[in-house]
Parts: sequence; C-alpha cells; structure tokens
Amino acid sequence: MGSIIKNRYLILRRITQILILFLYFTANYYGWKILAGNLSFSKLFDTIPLADPFAVLQMAFAGAVISTDLIIGVLIILFFYGLIGGRAYCSWVCPVNMITDLAAWVRRKTHHEKDNLISAQKIKKFRYFFLVIMLVVSTLVGAAAFEFISPIGIFTRGIAFTLGFGWVWLLVIFLFDTFVLKNGWCGHICPVGVMYSIIGSKNIVRVYHEKDNCTNCGECLIVCPENQVLSPVIHKKSDYISGIECTNCGRCIEVCNDNALKFTLRYLIKQKKGENHEKTANS
Amino acid sequence: MDTKRRSFITSMAQASAAAIAAGSVVAGFVEENKDKPLTLRPPGALKEEDFLKTCIRCGLCVEACKNRDNKVIIDGNEIITLKLGAPGDKVPIGTPYFIARTGPCFMCDDIPCMYACPTGALTPDMCKNDKGEVAIDYAKMGVAVIDPSSCIAFWGLQCTACYRACPEMDKAITIEWKKNERTGKHAYRIPVVHEEFCTGCGMCEMACVTEKAAIKIFPREVFLGKAGDRYVKGWDKKDEQRVQKASTKTTTVTGRSKKSAVENLNQGVTWDQ
Repeated sequence: MGSIIKNRYLILRRITQILILFLYFTANYYGWKILAGNLSFSKLFDTIPLADPFAVLQMAFAGAVISTDLIIGVLIILFFYGLIGGRAYCSWVCPVNMITDLAAWVRRKTHHEKDNLISAQKIKKFRYFFLVIMLVVSTLVGAAAFEFISPIGIFTRGIAFTLGFGWVWLLVIFLFDTFVLKNGWCGHICPVGVMYSIIGSKNIVRVYHEKDNCTNCGECLIVCPENQVLSPVIHKKSDYISGIECTNCGRCIEVCNDNALKFTLRYLIKQKKGENHEKTANS
Repeated sequence: MDTKRRSFITSMAQASAAAIAAGSVVAGFVEENKDKPLTLRPPGALKEEDFLKTCIRCGLCVEACKNRDNKVIIDGNEIITLKLGAPGDKVPIGTPYFIARTGPCFMCDDIPCMYACPTGALTPDMCKNDKGEVAIDYAKMGVAVIDPSSCIAFWGLQCTACYRACPEMDKAITIEWKKNERTGKHAYRIPVVHEEFCTGCGMCEMACVTEKAAIKIFPREVFLGKAGDRYVKGWDKKDEQRVQKASTKTTTVTGRSKKSAVENLNQGVTWDQ
C-alpha cells in the first residue's frame, strides 16, 4: 500500500496511457463511442473534436484546407494543455513514453545512466531545429511529413487498427534510448514534445521546490527524464520548475523523501506573494 | 566571451545541420512512401495529392466502416473493407484503403465512412452527380478493368459473375453478345465496363471466378486516359460543348518545325545527278 501511494503519479500515468489506448481499441473493434480515432485526431463522446496541433500545423504548411472540426479540436487541446502543462501530454497520454521509460529503467537498473554514444549536451537544441525542418519538409513534399514516421501515430494505430511492421519503429526507439542516448527520442528528437513544450510554456500546474526541505540527495535528478529543468533549481532556491521541457510526470515528487517537491498552481501563488509585498509596502 | 560565442555558434550550426540531414532522410522516406498510385481510397476521397495533404490519419472512416449497419459475413468471417495503412502495407502509412479482391466496398446508402471524416479528405463534394445530388452511386473510388486473356467469357465460357455482382448492374457492366465463330453455334457473352457508371467498389473483382481476378479495380487516375481537345465526337452535342473553350492555337514547335516541310523531308537525301 505504501508503495502505491509512493508511486501514485506513476501508476496514474500508466492508467491514463493504457486507458486511452484501450478506448481507441474498443472504439474500432466494438464501436464504443467514448474516445474514437487516435492521437492525431480523436472524437470524444462522438461530438467533441480533439486534434494534434503539430499535425494540423504541418497540414497547414503542406497547403491543406483546414476544416472547422480541426480548428475547434486544436483550440480545445491548446486550452487544455496550455492550462495544465503542455508536456503533460508526453508523460500522461503518449504511449511511446512507456517504451522510453522502460529504456530509462533498464539504464538505471544496469547502472548505465550516462553511457551515451552521442553527447547529450551537444544535441540538446536539435529537437527545436528538427521541428522547424519538419514544417519545411511538409511544405516541400506537400504532406504532413512527420505523420509518416511518427511512432506515436504508429503505436496508437497499431493498437486500435493494425500494427504491421510498426513494431520495428518501437524497437528502434527502445534500442536508441537504451544504448545510444539516454532519453534520446522523447528528450532530444520528438517534435511533438517540442510543440507541447511551447504550448505549455505559460501553464499553471508546475512542480514547486522548497529549498529548506531539500537535503541535496540527488534522487530527483537521477530519475528526471529532462533533468536540465531541475538542476538550476534543486538545492539552489525555492522556486517553480519553470523550464518548458518539464513533462509534469511527477516522478521527482515521488522519489523525494524530504518533501521538498510538490505540484502547485503557479500564478495563483505568485499573486498571493505579490499581495503580501504590497501590504508590507503600504503599511 | 569570444570563445563562448564561438561555441554557441558552433553548436547551433551542428544542431541545424543535423536537423537538415535528418529532415532530408524523412523527406526521402515520405516521397517514397506517398508515391503509391495503386491505393484504392474510400468513397468521396479527394484527388490523391490533396488527399495526402488533408488526411490526418485518425482512422474514423475505418471505424465507421467497421461498425456500419450492413455487416457482410461470408462463411462466418466478417468481410472488412477499409483498413488503415500500417508500415509494410504498400500504401502511404496511416491512410485508409481497401483491397477489392478480399474486401470490396459494399456501398452503404448512408456512406458512414465519408461522413465520419473530420478533415474533408473524404467529402460529399467528390461523391455527387452533375445535379449536385450526393449518393454512393456517384462515388468514384476507381474503375473496373478486364483482362481479356484470362477472362473466361472471352474464351467462350458461360460466366457473367462480375455482371451479376455489380451493384450498378446493366449500367456499369453490360453483357455484349457475339457469335462464337470457332463453334459456329454458340455465343460469347462478353462483360463490358462503362466507366461513367462504375464506382470502383470492387464487388466484381471479389466475385470473379478465375484464380487471380480477370477484372480488377484501378484508381481512375491510373487507368483512364484523356482524349484532349483535339478529338471530338461530332455526333454528340455534349461532347462538342466540352471543346467549346478549347484554344485553336495548338501549334507545336519542335526542332523539325523550324525548317520547311519539304526541306525537312529531304534532309540527308543525296540525289543522283
């Protein structure tokens, strides 16, 4: 029981990820109208459209006419992830996360966290350029380019429809993450994650670090898939983890034994502090 | 400061070069993967080029097809029409298609797949007649093509399986009677496809009795030709309207036409003096 509470976010994340795949599967095989489609476009309860902003952006660059359903779908997604944290998509929804988390787990268990073939430091800006290049390529070839190779699409379609040779894609990602570069796909290549980083850059739900409780044990830094967002804050100051690459997975909160990390609502608490300052200034 | 700036520029150049290299690989793959002209699309699909731009690969059409009202079960197996392209399916990844021989389109009256499409890649605009009426009978998924060498009706055997399977019977496929000169007393009953009524559903291809279907569905873009403005059916008023706006200035300039015709014809001829 204790371990369930300890790993509550991890368990919840796996539940949402698998539930979403399950609903896609049942929508196709049994005609349940709860959540139909896949992660590029879905219909919730047969009425509410949900669309992947990156896919639609690529379609716009490719020169497609964007339908109203897509525009509404994108706006809903922008509002939702803009509020709760863009890359929450990566850790709470995207099924590829399960593969890359497995790869990270293998690395931790075998104590090879830092054995990379490629320098993580040097490749860290790559994904932003890759996103731009994917948009350029979409224009050049006249089709949403990343959708042809997206392992997210291949995974969700593989569950809900047919997988074909799609397992090769997933195996490649697992091998790449395990042996070539730690957190390689999600943290260094995937442009969908970048898109959601940008969408959620001003979101409300954020992890808060309390410096007074921190013992600098470094557990959070080991487990974090994007630990460049933690390192400027941990044991340095009491602040929000404000890096846009934070996936809001909550793993750092779970591994922290000193109660130094928790989920908070960013602007609400900031406002309160602002009020306090004003009061002190007035009095 | 200078070394910092230098290393910043270096890392930017490296990242962008790597992204361009990766992008080129993706572009190459996409160009290769989207060039599958034999893919049969659901009813109401845009032209293949526009379809690939507009389809978001959500699979809602496939779901609508799978959960349609008129399920067809043959020998206890449900016949599945629409599939979503998976890697290795020889169609652009993630896009809907069907294989006429094993799972043709059963032409549901309510066209559930077309109306399920959220992006307009499948649209009623592409499934209507000249008067603007939308019906599955006006779908243009492909066109049936007969191989006379393997069609047993052309051998003189009695068949008409495709004719009887056709949902547009006596319009899309008709039977032409011809005397069999070999026996002198029998008739050929030859199936003839009329492209203007053929929806490309593929019922004929599934029904075809030969080992490998002698009648097959091809995308219309692939099979149908175009006579162009130079030829007109003089006996057909409608066809004359087609060429009304055609330009009469259709002179072709090639290397040959630079010289006069006689000079050109006599080129390289030596005369006995």
